Amino acid sequence: MIDDVLMAKVEALAGLRLTPEEREALRADLEKILAYFHKLQEVDTQGVPPFSPLPGQINVLREDEPEASLPPEEALRNAPDAVDGYFRVPPLFPA
Amino acid sequence: MRPNRRGGGIGRRAGLRIQWGNHPPCGFKSHPRHPTLGPLDLTGALRALQENKLAIETVVDELFRVIAEREPTLQAFLSLAEPEELKARARAVAHRPLRGLPIAVKDNICTLEFPTTCASRLLARYRSPYEATAVARLKAMGMVVQGKTNLDEFAMGSSTENSAFGPTRNPWDPQRVPGGSSGGSAAAVAAGEALAALGSDTGGSVRQPAALCGVVGLRPTYGLVSRYGLVAFASSLDTIGPITKSVRDAALLLSLIGGHDPRDSTSLPLPAQDYTQDLRPHLAGLKLGLPKEYVPAELGPEVRALVDRWCALAEELGAQVVSISLPLTEYALPTYYLIASAEAAANLARYDGVRYTLRIPVEGVQETIAQSRTLGFGREVKRRIALGTFALSAGYYDQYYGKAQRVRTLIAQEFAEAFTRVDLIFGPTSPTPAFGLGEKADPLSMYLSDLFTIPSALAGLPAISIPAGKVNGLPFGLQLIGPRLSEAKLLCAALALEEALS
Repeated sequence: MIDDVLMAKVEALAGLRLTPEEREALRADLEKILAYFHKLQEVDTQGVPPFSPLPGQINVLREDEPEASLPPEEALRNAPDAVDGYFRVPPLFPA
Repeated sequence: MRPNRRGGGIGRRAGLRIQWGNHPPCGFKSHPRHPTLGPLDLTGALRALQENKLAIETVVDELFRVIAEREPTLQAFLSLAEPEELKARARAVAHRPLRGLPIAVKDNICTLEFPTTCASRLLARYRSPYEATAVARLKAMGMVVQGKTNLDEFAMGSSTENSAFGPTRNPWDPQRVPGGSSGGSAAAVAAGEALAALGSDTGGSVRQPAALCGVVGLRPTYGLVSRYGLVAFASSLDTIGPITKSVRDAALLLSLIGGHDPRDSTSLPLPAQDYTQDLRPHLAGLKLGLPKEYVPAELGPEVRALVDRWCALAEELGAQVVSISLPLTEYALPTYYLIASAEAAANLARYDGVRYTLRIPVEGVQETIAQSRTLGFGREVKRRIALGTFALSAGYYDQYYGKAQRVRTLIAQEFAEAFTRVDLIFGPTSPTPAFGLGEKADPLSMYLSDLFTIPSALAGLPAISIPAGKVNGLPFGLQLIGPRLSEAKLLCAALALEEALS
């Protein structure tokens, strides 16, 4: 049901890099779970809107008033690599 | 100096004879088996402090006496204060209404005092630079955070076995799980290591562990308690709720943490409400619906006999019990796992090896992100991210995620329709009492333990689990579900049942 192409697509979109063993275990789990979840197709949802947890509460914004924010050093405290007040990422285009 | 007798420690200095809480009996046969609370819950401790019959130092000492005794077995906490440091913090707020009383907090709720790890290797060293609104409100009222409790990684699980730091054990039987995902909070409260705790409930993670540990767990109406500072798992389902020794403590904590928060755009625009004010046992005249789907034949004779006893008890208390049907219950599980996993896949995309502590340094930015995530996340988290990614992906969105969102609407409508005929719905919180560690290795069989807590979570409804007898010698929970924002009614009904059951 989940072929290699689909599995690779899911893995890339999910930002994961699995070992072949992990990949096979995950594929088996997903196939089993999705086979069970297929029963949802029995429910007639013709004309039924998607659920909204808070009907009417849409685009809730706070007042546009300046307020104190985190100092940069606090915001960067958990960064594995920070320099000069910025998060540092690995080079996008290796030299 | 440790009191040499179990119980009785807390009031000793004031010459008061009060018994300390409700310790599940595992290994301590001399202690009376009692399914509900001991006399000293949070509210009881607060009154004793107010009347100067108790010192806050004594409370802390007593909690840590129990912790020293039980924690090596239970492993309920991921981080814990030092007693003297906690006393200093408690004394500093002793003039406030809650008098410096300690509370345990699930480790997916941000605090300034301790790391917030979500029981994930990826966040093992994460220290939040801000604190959750619920925690800030408790602190403003004079509570102190005593420690952070164990959970299934990112709250994904029903047994607390999915913790990167090892499982928590059930205080009633250390070979069994405490439930999950708020298993550390429930075990700590049940064992008397904490007076009360905060947990989070996405599909049952407050109520199910409360049921399996024999304590009270409340899931509020979605939006009633701010999610600000609760590490996001499934944003349309996540709630923060109290885990306590008594219904009155649940009412107290909900009063402290509830009410609108401008920092959470899904917070309901309602002022905080004091649920303790009108809290009195009240079940008379109420119509209680027992869904036949919540007592399927597979539950076994012991559970069915217990449910029959609950019905008889409710009628003695003046309620009318009617059988109802919620036929969409069987679709709630797939609906929930598709929606929750899809939202988790989106929410957990932020863990990219750049902003949150863990980075596996390899060549290239994409590879760094992927390796950091793959090594940082545990197996169940990866499973759900993959499931959610699949459900949201082009070509499958309508068939899975879109379908689940529509079925969710129908489930909410089914509840709304039921509440035109009954005041509250009740049944078992979980199909079984606490199961053995390692017993549910198959993900689907684990998911099934949340069968009765998931439907109401999907509909955003409030629900409470109270200890209501034993099955196989283990605590078993009764769940009451109410319409949106019916917390006051729900708590009064729960209080009536709690009193009658004790």
